Amino acid sequence: MTLLSVQNLTTYYQIRRGFVRAVEDVSFSLERGEAMGLAGESGCGKTTVALSLLKILPPNGKIVRGKILLNDLDVVKLSESELREKIRWKAISLIFQGAMNAMNPMYKVEDQIVEAIRLHEKGVTKKEAKDRVAKLFEMVGLEPERAKGYPHEFSGGMRQRAMIAMALACNPSILIADEPSTALDVIVQAQVLKLLDELKRKLNLAIIMISHDLSIISETCDKLAIMYAGRIVEVGDVLSVFKKPLHPYTQGLIAAFPSIYAPKQEMSAIPGSPPNLLNPPKGCRFAPRCNYSMDICLKESPSLIEADKNHFVACHLVHK
Amino acid sequence: MVEIVVKAENLTKLFEVKLGFFKTLLSKESLYVHAVDGVNLDIFKGEILGLAGESGSGKTTTGRLIMRLIEPTSGKIFFKGKDITHLDEDQMKPLRRYMQIVFQDPYESLNPRMTVGDIISEPMKLQGITDEKEVEERVYKILTDAKLVPPEEFIFRYPHELSGGQRQRVATARAFVLDPDFVVADEPVSMLDASIRAEILQLILSLVKTRRTSFLYITHDLALARHVCDRIAIMYLGKIVEQGTTDQLVLEPLHPYTKALMKAVPVPDPSHKRIEVVIKGEIPSPVNPPSGCRFHTRCPSYMGDICKKSEPQLVDMGNGHLVACHQYSKK
Repeated sequence: MTLLSVQNLTTYYQIRRGFVRAVEDVSFSLERGEAMGLAGESGCGKTTVALSLLKILPPNGKIVRGKILLNDLDVVKLSESELREKIRWKAISLIFQGAMNAMNPMYKVEDQIVEAIRLHEKGVTKKEAKDRVAKLFEMVGLEPERAKGYPHEFSGGMRQRAMIAMALACNPSILIADEPSTALDVIVQAQVLKLLDELKRKLNLAIIMISHDLSIISETCDKLAIMYAGRIVEVGDVLSVFKKPLHPYTQGLIAAFPSIYAPKQEMSAIPGSPPNLLNPPKGCRFAPRCNYSMDICLKESPSLIEADKNHFVACHLVHK
Repeated sequence: MVEIVVKAENLTKLFEVKLGFFKTLLSKESLYVHAVDGVNLDIFKGEILGLAGESGSGKTTTGRLIMRLIEPTSGKIFFKGKDITHLDEDQMKPLRRYMQIVFQDPYESLNPRMTVGDIISEPMKLQGITDEKEVEERVYKILTDAKLVPPEEFIFRYPHELSGGQRQRVATARAFVLDPDFVVADEPVSMLDASIRAEILQLILSLVKTRRTSFLYITHDLALARHVCDRIAIMYLGKIVEQGTTDQLVLEPLHPYTKALMKAVPVPDPSHKRIEVVIKGEIPSPVNPPSGCRFHTRCPSYMGDICKKSEPQLVDMGNGHLVACHQYSKK
């Protein structure tokens, strides 16, 4: 059974000049134990999707349409207290981008995780929670005694591990990792990605990996969704999207990530910049930057269709 | 014989650690951050040299020392054969025309109250080029080269009206407007999105190639360095551990640290299977760097006492491929 099914999720932010259409008609599904990468440039709506899934949008953000079905329970319709009891931390956890600063510097790491556990699971004693912290620390490769330290005593990689431990405290089935390794050095980044991969196998954890870096996603994910200006333009099995990208934007983005082992080459770029989402182009949002743009692209927005087995794309070129 | 444009000899920079009042009273010695420790570097005419390493390895400090933006603790810097280590600001000023720098963050390196035209013509004003016609011509030319066209429109814009990529183009244009012989770029594209990154790098490369500028490219991104640099030097805790042509370093790395670094670079190909993360832990504190070889605490091919006690020197393994590791120094 499908663990998470997102259907036509549409999230807007209200600002004085109107609505920023940050996420529009985003649909995807996720199975237990599956890792999906959500890639795109800054401002394409990746993080807004994550915030929508947990309904922790800023006050001016609103889900205007769509469903988020988690085991057939629609998250969009739940009240604040139901979200706290059933969804946040217990079903879906989030690791934020700036893990370095995501912890409160005034409290011991252990106390912060204990607080999270006791807030979301009523009836757990302090002692039980502390034991759980020790187990979690062991699981993420940290010495359990270190939990008694303060965040500043942790290095960058250790903090990221502690954040992962904290996210897993209430046994969620989905872990959203928002740029989990961007601030880390390559070697530490490789260590953290390896840890996530191990946890995924061991706990049968579903992971949504949000990143602008396609090479990280290619190494860790089973599935890849490419977002552009608030829409998913291509989604599918990571191998087929990489080997046979169908959308011109995906092709451009993949070409922008040279492999270290490839012979020295000219790097390619996608000219232009993403549209203003206050007033996005009427047809395909990528059309103004697209080399293959046709008349229809400026008029109609292409819908996501299955072009290959488990490989969906939203482009008029493929629709013909 | 290739011409050496910039030479660093035994360059060292220690930053004193500020202790609290009482600690200063109690402790006799001061603590130092060994940011750069005995770095030797030659940069040839028209060459692109990559300086790579993790954060805290001292690559930015090295760039700033060479530009004489900070004072070295010891060591020497030569620019076109001239010792510039002890020149004061007034003596440096005429040389600044020939050495320029592009910073990482185009959102902070441009004065928000100046127009693009003013930003780019400022270096010329500082260098005493006052002929308005010449200034204008140069500004127009460099804007066109930087693909900020039409230039007559861009000169009146302010930084806030530009995108991140355009800002970095302005910062690059400013560095190249005086046709310098040597340019340092400190992570010039790490703040930019992947789709524009290549554009900016290509712009820098075309400016460097057409002018035969010597270029020091400071980066942590080895995949990009691979496609940009002629030679690469790898730094670890203030020291250069390996240096060679890009192919030598990427395809046949010798130092255990370089090997680990190359293996850790993610490859954008889902059929590529990563072998293993070979080294554990993180870069130690540069305040009290490990004795002997600074990498011995994490080294997978640690050989015992010799690594702990004696510091390996850079040795030439042929074709200018230098490595500092005891595995190779015995031969």
